[in-house]
Amino acid sequence: MSTLRTALLNAALTVEEQKPWPRITVDADTWRQATLAVAAGNATLSGLWAEPGAVHMALLDDDDGSLMVLTLLASDGRFPSVGLTHPPAQRLERKIVDLYGLIPEGMPDDRRWLDHDRWGVRAPLGSSAPASADGATYPFLKAEGPPLHQIAVGPVHAGIIEPGHFRFSANGEIVVRLEERLGYVHKGIEGLLINTTLEAAAKVVARVSGDSTVAYSLAFARAAEAALGVAVPQRAVWLRALMAELERLANHLGDIGAICNDAAFALMLAHCGMLREEVLRATKIAFGHRLMMDCIVPGGIATDLHDAAPILALTMHIRQRFPRLVELYDNTASLQNRTVSTGRLLPELARRFGAGGPVGRASGRAFDARKAPGYPPYGDLDFKMIKREDGDVDARIWVRIDEVYESLELIEQIVDRLPAGPIAYPLAPALRERKVPQAGGLANEPRDSASEGLAMVEGFRGDILVWLRTDETGHVLRGTVRDPSVFHWPLLEAAIEGNIVADFPLCNKSFNCSYSGHDL
Amino acid sequence: MRRMLLEGLFRRPVTEGAPTIADAEIEALAERLGVAAKARLGRSLSIREVDAGSCNGCELEIHALNNSYYDVERFGLRFVASPRHADVLMVTGPVTANMREGLERTYAATPAPKWVVAIGDCAAGCGVFGKSYAVVGAVSNVIPVDLVIPGCPPEPIDMLKGLVGLIEASARG
Ligand code: SF4
Repeated sequence: MSTLRTALLNAALTVEEQKPWPRITVDADTWRQATLAVAAGNATLSGLWAEPGAVHMALLDDDDGSLMVLTLLASDGRFPSVGLTHPPAQRLERKIVDLYGLIPEGMPDDRRWLDHDRWGVRAPLGSSAPASADGATYPFLKAEGPPLHQIAVGPVHAGIIEPGHFRFSANGEIVVRLEERLGYVHKGIEGLLINTTLEAAAKVVARVSGDSTVAYSLAFARAAEAALGVAVPQRAVWLRALMAELERLANHLGDIGAICNDAAFALMLAHCGMLREEVLRATKIAFGHRLMMDCIVPGGIATDLHDAAPILALTMHIRQRFPRLVELYDNTASLQNRTVSTGRLLPELARRFGAGGPVGRASGRAFDARKAPGYPPYGDLDFKMIKREDGDVDARIWVRIDEVYESLELIEQIVDRLPAGPIAYPLAPALRERKVPQAGGLANEPRDSASEGLAMVEGFRGDILVWLRTDETGHVLRGTVRDPSVFHWPLLEAAIEGNIVADFPLCNKSFNCSYSGHDL
Repeated sequence: MRRMLLEGLFRRPVTEGAPTIADAEIEALAERLGVAAKARLGRSLSIREVDAGSCNGCELEIHALNNSYYDVERFGLRFVASPRHADVLMVTGPVTANMREGLERTYAATPAPKWVVAIGDCAAGCGVFGKSYAVVGAVSNVIPVDLVIPGCPPEPIDMLKGLVGLIEASARG
């Protein structure tokens, strides 16, 4: 991507003050060239979002993890569609249409996505025109032929699970097409990030997807700290990573059990569920909250770790019990029979969609945001990036299994080398003394004292992207978040094709996409 | 596997002791649950969980109720797949505009007598999501709520207390 980067930088009309990666404003031609480059695989599309009068596209260099944001001013309310040449952009574009009313010219799918005709307004973050709230029927894509029948599931599902609708077209037992309809838990998070305090915004972002609350808080804090140019004490940096690995550990253990349970192997769920519970109890003792919600704040962390003994006891306990569960998984032929070769996600698709986390790494995509772009303290820690090539349910289980060991390893290293010192720097004095950068930019916002931050963090599900614009006092003007699930959901549709309907829960759980993180 | 199963038979159970209940909210609830509930339900309750817009944090802790530490089935609480089999709806999340009808229809599909438990700060009062075009309100703005269990998310033990209270109240009549 480096040649692409140079070309784009040369074509930039203006370069905005955004840390730590540049955001450049380009013309429509350069925007189009960038979409073609993304479609050709020269860069990975990592985010696509809007504000009134402009669209932004985040490009990721898979090799060094560096990011770049392109901005196109859409003063006439239109911009060249990215989804036209690069399908992973389509749902993000539909979201832009629904929330801001900007029109991607040439977009292949113009059905409403998050807007179910229930809000009573159209384009709530754009023109905000009054509209009906009666609900509209959704035209599902067709799969036709004499033997085909449809199965409709959701939005309220049979288990303890988030809501969404799945429409299967099946030929007997075989799934011919799965189409998802999501958006049911859309809470208007981007709207809640407009013109608000840093504290309020941090609380909202911590609740984008509760299972990843640590990763989201970390990404938000890093974006805010980048925008405001404030530093974080070393002890906080290390404890943040400890929290992040505990969160990954808890979720991977839960997922491994839950996937096996969906293959009717309840014993794994019972044992993994116990280990997960033990992680949450240890985090409660260590940081005062089972999920560690709001424990990471801009400037540092909210609660210090006073005694690492319960955490070390936990890792020792898991090291004793977990290998036997792995052995059980590995030696149970009836279980492997369900997971091996089921729900195969092709490496080429995983790459094209920039699939993060275990879903991508189980299909050969060697990307982990802790390695590249990387963020402290991971550069000082010793851990492996786990990768498999098979792309089936089995591979996704194995990536999680191996990552459990890596997280244990990381937790022990962190506890061992934890620096002493303060856990947070107060933000206020730093902001008063900070040199205010002069940023150019959009005419419709008070921008001369604004600064922007971008952060990418590896959650248990994959890379999370947070972008933030603040004024010099730290007041949040605007922000957006992108969950890894945005790119996983369409891949689930592809992975289930040709499998039997009864394997859908298994495939679905092995992806474990967030509904809330997708719907925002 | 045989070794693990055998161990499972002989190891001490990890389950928590039953929580004691002395909550004003639950006492108040007792009045609302009639003799019909006792005749109809005895001490067993079937629960249907409905996510009306949550961040999924509450779901994680509801899930935990089924792990071996809490094991709610021993209190006669079962999570069922259909509202038609349910006595109790456990509802999470601020109710989003897009889920409102789903919640109303699930409520309508649940046979009477039925109780609604709002789980978490969002279900109780929208949490941090109140000021949004996409959120219609707390659960009680959409369907009648019998019990609120606050927290973000409430811990499994808090839910256990609330639910056991609900059963005891229904048994007392
Ligand atoms: S109460 Fe907290 S955990 Fe529960 S849905 Fe709301 S934000 Fe998530």
